[in-house]
Amino acid sequence: MSAILFAEQILNGLQLGVMLFLMAAGLTLVFGVMGLINLAHGSLYMIGAFACAGVATATGSFWLGLLSGLAAAAAAGAIVEITVIRRLYRRDHLDQVLATFALILVFSEGTRWIFGSFPLYLNPPELLLGTVVLPGGIEYPKFRLAIIVAGLAVAAGLFWLIGRTTLGIRIRAGECDREMIAALGVNIGILYTLVFALGAGLAGLAGAMVGSIQSVQVGMGEPVLILAFVVIVIGGIGSVEGAFVASILVGLADTLGRFLFPVLFGAFMDASSATSIGSALASMLIYLLMAVVLVFRPRGLFGNVGA
Amino acid sequence: MSAPERGFNFGLASLLLAVPLIAAYMGEPYYLTLATRIAILSIAAVGLNFALGLGGLVSFGHAAYFGLGGYAAGILANHALKGQAILDWPFELGGTTFMPTIWLVAVFAAGLAAFLIGLLSLRTTGVYFIMITLAFAQMLYYFAVSWPAYGGEDGLPVYVRNSFPGLNTLDPVQFFLISYAVLLIALALFSLLRNSNFGVALRASRQNPGRVASLGIEVFRLRLAAFVLSGAITGLAGALYADLNRFVSPQMLSWHMSGEIMVFIILGGAGRLFGPVAGAVLYIILEQSLGEVSDYWQIFLGLLLLCVVLYARGGLIGAVLDRRLG
Repeated sequence: MSAILFAEQILNGLQLGVMLFLMAAGLTLVFGVMGLINLAHGSLYMIGAFACAGVATATGSFWLGLLSGLAAAAAAGAIVEITVIRRLYRRDHLDQVLATFALILVFSEGTRWIFGSFPLYLNPPELLLGTVVLPGGIEYPKFRLAIIVAGLAVAAGLFWLIGRTTLGIRIRAGECDREMIAALGVNIGILYTLVFALGAGLAGLAGAMVGSIQSVQVGMGEPVLILAFVVIVIGGIGSVEGAFVASILVGLADTLGRFLFPVLFGAFMDASSATSIGSALASMLIYLLMAVVLVFRPRGLFGNVGA
Repeated sequence: MSAPERGFNFGLASLLLAVPLIAAYMGEPYYLTLATRIAILSIAAVGLNFALGLGGLVSFGHAAYFGLGGYAAGILANHALKGQAILDWPFELGGTTFMPTIWLVAVFAAGLAAFLIGLLSLRTTGVYFIMITLAFAQMLYYFAVSWPAYGGEDGLPVYVRNSFPGLNTLDPVQFFLISYAVLLIALALFSLLRNSNFGVALRASRQNPGRVASLGIEVFRLRLAAFVLSGAITGLAGALYADLNRFVSPQMLSWHMSGEIMVFIILGGAGRLFGPVAGAVLYIILEQSLGEVSDYWQIFLGLLLLCVVLYARGGLIGAVLDRRLG
């Protein structure tokens, strides 16, 4: 195992991490501000990927596809918020889980209806084809590097939005006391729709970007959704900083686990059983990480201990 | 339980027994298989109802126990049929196709898993609990997918249905009756426990854990006991389900399964004795009849479910009984 291979795996872990952050940020914001658990967040990710693949194939422009992925997911988010989600804020979590589970059925089958059951494939734009040589002689695909950079940029933008703008102040105020900011004249209905659409747009962006690495297919959102759940449980539900730290942690742990465990077990058993035991254990690693975090901090790394 | 609800329950139980038997007698054995599926999935949902209905513990990971029960049955039968021992050391342990033994192992395996998962996840409440139970179930799902010894992603076939003393389990009528009997036993247990001291304390802890604790009852242990029992019963259903399909796959552990089991309870009416049964009957009949109308039946199922959650909060039993009373 060379140092270069290891460095590549770290970059892959970072790439997974920033994608997870784009998913987890929306989930954790929606929970923090509206108190809603949204299982259909993975469907918005899928909508982003399909819109991107559809538009990019039709127009031949990846960038237009990326933009429409983001826009389609944000629009779908706004529509769902206004028609369904809005009625769920005051319900208990059980109702929210069921209603959003029902939304997944509708979204998944609807997408299958429109696009068919076969996976779509999407090429990265020409500008980002090929590899780039990083300092230290690491050759890395340009597109994956671009995802890392774009993800970090979006994360920085999100922190700026929440920390420095009026909208961000309102969002944070909404987390603390919704009656009070409504009394101060903020239209809470519009604020909620905006927050939901923002989270949906981020999920759609993540889906659109990942569409060029994996195949675009119905059901692609669910595995990511569950990873995003693990992320926000580790980070502390409602905390965007926590989601960022936990995303990178989970991305790295998952990628490095899959890479290192088979090698590690290979040291004292034969290659084929090392691969199978190693990969089986690696697939459990992030859940074990979550369990360990919960034992020491039941409300996550950045969770509000008193709440 | 009100008199109309008792009547409804009795009617539902009789229908679930009579309709498939009459259909089988008239040469339509398909309905018998369908009813067996309904009965087995009802058992799984009755199991979840201990945690969800009585304890208010919204476990979104009950597929873990369902799948573990299924794999317990699949692995034991598979070893028995191949004549391989499961363990050579420290003692020799072979497989078996004897149903009662398999059930015992399934209940124990699922109960143990529920104990370990409950120990960790019951430290949290609310939305954390939902996500953590889901995550642990997914952990087992991915483990089953990537562990090649028992079929991995392809699943594990169980070539012959396991045996029950004095019965021919390959006869669909007899296998249905076994499943139906187990369902009745699970329902009887639920009914007994709901009104026992344990059940009363559990229901009280759902509404106000602080007050239950101040009465000197340890809420964590109470919930853990309910969770283990809940997982064990769902595991038993999993073992039966493996026998019904003669096949076990990671699909049994998937989060769609968890969602479905939960949907049965809500469709029927949470916390009600026959809620899971009514929900499973309704869901599976809908699944079958919508499936004949359109390939995209899940859209309609989703919309219908959405309407139930938004507008009919007491579930099917609540809707039927409230109209009668009102």
